[in-house]
Amino acid sequence: MDIKDIIKEENLVYKKTDCMTDNVLSYCPGCGHGVIHRLCMEVVDEMDIVADTIGVASVGCSVLAYDFMNIDMTGVPHGRAPAVATGIKRTWPDKFVFTYQGDGDLAAIGTAETIHACNRGENITIIFVNNGIYGMTGGQMAPTTLPGMKSSTTPYGREIALMGNPIKMTELVAELPGTYYVTRQAVHTPALVRKAKKAIRTAFENQKLKKGLSLVEVVSNCNSGWKMTPVQSNQWLEENMLPFYPLGDIKVEGKKVK
Amino acid sequence: MAKNRGAIVVDIEKCKGCELCVGSCPTQVIKMAPEVNGKGYRYAFMENPDACTGCANCAVVCPDGVITVYRVKVEAEN
Repeated sequence: MDIKDIIKEENLVYKKTDCMTDNVLSYCPGCGHGVIHRLCMEVVDEMDIVADTIGVASVGCSVLAYDFMNIDMTGVPHGRAPAVATGIKRTWPDKFVFTYQGDGDLAAIGTAETIHACNRGENITIIFVNNGIYGMTGGQMAPTTLPGMKSSTTPYGREIALMGNPIKMTELVAELPGTYYVTRQAVHTPALVRKAKKAIRTAFENQKLKKGLSLVEVVSNCNSGWKMTPVQSNQWLEENMLPFYPLGDIKVEGKKVK
Repeated sequence: MAKNRGAIVVDIEKCKGCELCVGSCPTQVIKMAPEVNGKGYRYAFMENPDACTGCANCAVVCPDGVITVYRVKVEAEN
């Protein structure tokens, strides 16, 4: 059978969702942001809520998310995405509101907004992309940088005695009564991508229940910041990030499972 | 026995040559081209198209969403 006979409209099994714009992503080659953007948009597309979804893009590499997600989006000051999302959701309780934040945004400057939005139990979805450093500004140490991990501001590795401990935001907010669904996923293998999509779908579906906040952490890579090739960085992620940030559901339907 | 035959189409100009699709392919169909695209990246292509089963693993891990996957079910010839 010739390739031309296979490449026909009726045989299509997978293509980039129409909810992503045709713009070329501004991310580095191999960056997990592209996959996570697409998963969010696939979920929005499959739930048929394109007209009812409002995204809140944070500051960081994902600041340009509104250029790539073909839905209504807003940009907000650094770290304030959950606060703005709260306002949007309270104004339009029937819309689906989600924030898309990195670790420098959600776990550092936006800690207060994140924790209070989680504690109040706002009916929003937070997509938290954790790559362990500040990617956009040149790979500086972030609150989530692993012990001993090299970054441009910790060239000899993060020293716990001097720089303190990394923060596990996902476990932290799972303790708060306002969160309904808290999970940690990754997107470096096909199986994990499919699992992460299910988690994001659940997080969006939960908004209909109005029972609290859903947070999906996605452990991702930053090959430019880590100074590795994309394939090496995914391997490094598996060997170093995942033991510290174990994957799986932490809180399901308001009950802690881990 | 019915067998799946697949094919991928890569948007060459949008491919950034990260090579994640190469490792995700269970049947080693994809390789990076020796030539480069307009931005200077080596792009992915089907080096061994007969082995493709259309599982879409490459498209799922592609950060830039440049891979489109097609699949047909064919009866074995023997």
